[in-house]
Amino acid sequence: MTKGTVSGVIANMVTLRVDGAVSQGEICYIETGGDRLMAEVIKVLGQDVYVQVFESTRGLKVGAVAEFTGHMLEVQLGPGMLSKNYDGLQNDLDKMEGVFLKRGQYTDPLDDDRVWDFTPIAKVGDKVQASDWLGQVIENCQPLKIMAPFQMEGTATVKSIAPAGQYKIKDIMAVLTDEKGNDIEVNMIQHWPVKFAMTNYKEKPRPFKLLETGVRTIDTFNPIVEGGTGFIPGPFGTGKTVLQHAISKQAEADIVIIAACGERANEVVEIFTEFPELVDPHTGRKLMERTIIIANTSNMPVAAREASVYTAMTMAEYYRSMGLRVLLMADSTSRWAQALREMSNRMEELPGPDAFPMDLGALISNFYGRAGYVYLNNGEVGSITFLGTVSPAGGNLKEPVTENTKKVARCFYGLEQERADKKRYPAVNPIDSYSKYLEYPEFGEYIANHINDKWIPKVLDLKTRMLRGKEIAEQINILGDDGVPVEYHVTFWKSEVIDYVILQQDAFDEVDAVTPLSRQEEILNLVTAVCEKDYQFDTFLDVVDYFKKLINVCKQMNYSPYQSEQYNSYKAQVEAMIS
Amino acid sequence: MATAFQKVYTSISQITKATCSLKAKGVGYDELATINGKLAQVVKIMGDDVTLQVFEGTGGIPTNAEVVFLGKSPSLKVSDQLAGRFFNAYGQPIDGGPEIEGKDVEIGGPSVNPVRRRQPSELIATGIAGIDLNNTLVSGQKIPFFADPDQPFNEVMAMVAMRAKADKIILGGMGMTNDDYYFFRNTFSNAGALDRIISFINTTEDPAVERLLIPDMALTAAEYFAVEKNEKVLVLLTDMTSYADSLAIVSNRMDQIPSKDSMPGSLYSDLAKIYEKAVQFPESVGGGSITIIAVTTLSGGDITHAVPDNTGYITEGQLYLRRDSDVGKVVVDPFRSLSRLKQLVAGKKTRKDHSQVMNAAIRLYADAANAKTKLENGFDLTDYDNRCLDFAKDYAAKLLAIDVNLNTEEMLDVTWSLFRKYFKLEEVNIKKEFTDIYWK
Repeated sequence: MTKGTVSGVIANMVTLRVDGAVSQGEICYIETGGDRLMAEVIKVLGQDVYVQVFESTRGLKVGAVAEFTGHMLEVQLGPGMLSKNYDGLQNDLDKMEGVFLKRGQYTDPLDDDRVWDFTPIAKVGDKVQASDWLGQVIENCQPLKIMAPFQMEGTATVKSIAPAGQYKIKDIMAVLTDEKGNDIEVNMIQHWPVKFAMTNYKEKPRPFKLLETGVRTIDTFNPIVEGGTGFIPGPFGTGKTVLQHAISKQAEADIVIIAACGERANEVVEIFTEFPELVDPHTGRKLMERTIIIANTSNMPVAAREASVYTAMTMAEYYRSMGLRVLLMADSTSRWAQALREMSNRMEELPGPDAFPMDLGALISNFYGRAGYVYLNNGEVGSITFLGTVSPAGGNLKEPVTENTKKVARCFYGLEQERADKKRYPAVNPIDSYSKYLEYPEFGEYIANHINDKWIPKVLDLKTRMLRGKEIAEQINILGDDGVPVEYHVTFWKSEVIDYVILQQDAFDEVDAVTPLSRQEEILNLVTAVCEKDYQFDTFLDVVDYFKKLINVCKQMNYSPYQSEQYNSYKAQVEAMIS
Repeated sequence: MATAFQKVYTSISQITKATCSLKAKGVGYDELATINGKLAQVVKIMGDDVTLQVFEGTGGIPTNAEVVFLGKSPSLKVSDQLAGRFFNAYGQPIDGGPEIEGKDVEIGGPSVNPVRRRQPSELIATGIAGIDLNNTLVSGQKIPFFADPDQPFNEVMAMVAMRAKADKIILGGMGMTNDDYYFFRNTFSNAGALDRIISFINTTEDPAVERLLIPDMALTAAEYFAVEKNEKVLVLLTDMTSYADSLAIVSNRMDQIPSKDSMPGSLYSDLAKIYEKAVQFPESVGGGSITIIAVTTLSGGDITHAVPDNTGYITEGQLYLRRDSDVGKVVVDPFRSLSRLKQLVAGKKTRKDHSQVMNAAIRLYADAANAKTKLENGFDLTDYDNRCLDFAKDYAAKLLAIDVNLNTEEMLDVTWSLFRKYFKLEEVNIKKEFTDIYWK
């Protein structure tokens, strides 16, 4: 293997003089004071190689020796990853010793000794391609596939396959014979370089299936679909993280991967603490069982922050190739972009807008492009739904990360300071936010078949009413309460009903936090009935009085368990008020 | 300073306002050096060329100055002797007392493994309703005051520190005026609390770049008491904007491309490294904690500036002070202030109605603000508007003002009494289970 010696150090960028071939993105380990520091090649200039070190370079000296590994940054994929807490380089955090993260400490992402119940799928003589399913093990009730090696080329024949029984991940589960007659031994572990997209599927059609999140402002107003993409930009303090956590708790997905990328450690701790206790509303099992956390918090080394989102995406692709529905959340993609900026800056590259690297847009769109709903080679389907948050500097959405993300993500959930200040949570702006999927005919057909064909027209009608309500609020501000006709007040207050009853939702209330689709349908119908009713009032004060009462009853209804006695009595009160 | 076996270099090739470069071998990154006795730190190595950042500035350094590398990064001697003492940015005593004996620990050490943290859940009571009621602080939290330089943030911070039941209070003063330094000294000693205070002070009279060491010094001391002694430590950092300004100076001298507001591109990571030292340890490692209360001064209330903006994304909320002209008092602004960890204690460690009462009061206070706008624009006010305005005055004077000192239960009772005084039941929008009990 190629070796190198350190010739320069600036923070976590190190230059090496090498004695042989290296490739862009190759991983090397630098030896210093007994620690081995992992680093990645980011630029090659003749014999001089620039690497970014994933750890602190304190004390590193010129002349230190580096050893190249011959491969790029890879993850190990296999059974046993669920409910684990990894850092951005896929080290198992629970296996690390001590309270503090020691430099140069790398731990095994999988458990070699854990025993799995294996059932074969493929038979001797079957022709298989890369990623085809050979067998299955069950982890936390989730069927995980043991697949033909991802890197395998062409078609191979199954020469032997292990019978049903108990095995460990490094046991040989099958032997395949490739086109040249070479035998390939297959165990349960796959390797994949994180920066490359897995394209082991037949087709990636437009996604169309609603992904239920239990958050009304999303499901009802701006739905996201299985295999869809969306992003949540918002200034600090507007509830990005609360919204993301709500989605990751409630979404109807088989696997949830949370990449905490350059964010607060306490937020990750919240997940560690709560998820093992909370129950998945769809399966009744503990949430942690379907969750993987990639924690690269803001105080962890910057270079690993960039790697963390790729690590998470590669894991998601692994589960997608098994025909599972994966939800991937990254909080926040801005921190990832900032990590790119720090490195670009140290390399003295000419900066693009706001000192970000010029290829930022390309990197973001390639990354979002890895999500999607796919048909696998065997006809099964799998999906990666990707939701990223963006932390725009100064809350200004005209900045490079937001703008570039907007070009690729199909759903936009803009969080707004003004709404947050008024405690109207979730602070998703109802006017500016959108879901492109509402316009997809495939999606319309799916909703018509699975909910009803009035759903989308009703939603679109409410959206128009929200806009109208906002316009009237502005007119009232200018002209005064008495300066506009009473009907204007009615229109405005109808939009307030939509806001208070559908859009606002208390993420910290046990009942209100999650609204199943059937309940959302009932609320939508109720609010639509209010909106379509012709009201006659004498003065605007009567309008205000009536609607405040109505909203109060509706809110009490939202706080009551679905179809409980309480709920039904509040619902009856609302119905009486609008009949 | 040079001792035997240490190589002395005497040929500096380049001097800028903050850095010196020379040819040297066997130097480690981040290592300390002295240049004619002045402390400096390695910030760049390129082959034989080593660039040093000189904390005091390079004024008076000749090209033949004696450069000695110390073979270690900046460090602090930690032991119980730290308590009650005042230090400069290098951790040297400035109170005339003896040198500290103890373990020499490199500052800016590694971060806590997130899986070894515990979720913060202990309330820090300050008696100030604008904080305890609306923006409850929790031990292990990190939260700054966002304040204009003329606001009494240091006074409020000192008050919070004195009332919070912390085992140790560590003050990191960066670019602090001499007057403020004496204010803190006097407050601490008047309260008879000097023995649990440790201060690291860089005043406006000291070199700006030295400030960069202050937070790490303070937090290294904090980690000693929290990890080794299992204590509850409160760290006060004022003012982090001066710290960021020093970062900008250094990055500018090193010809780095600035990002927003002339700040270095790494500002987010630099600040996060400091704030993320706030931690609650689980009982299995002693149960100590580090809570950080900081100050970020703003320019004309502008929070879109890179320093408050990045800070806001890192810290767990922020507190704003504002002079309320209606009651003539400084209040904790309920709209813009936020404690992200409050839901971990509100209604759990405090009375169950806490969250709902807090939200309802703020919503009504917001309605009062709207009514005020209407009034200013010359429109007629409704009866509800007038009641909101009256409520707002009472609410500001009896709860939001920083001179309030109540326990949380009293705060809730006062709020309920204001609700009843000014509003109808359906106007407060609170869950029935609470109105049944408290609306009497």
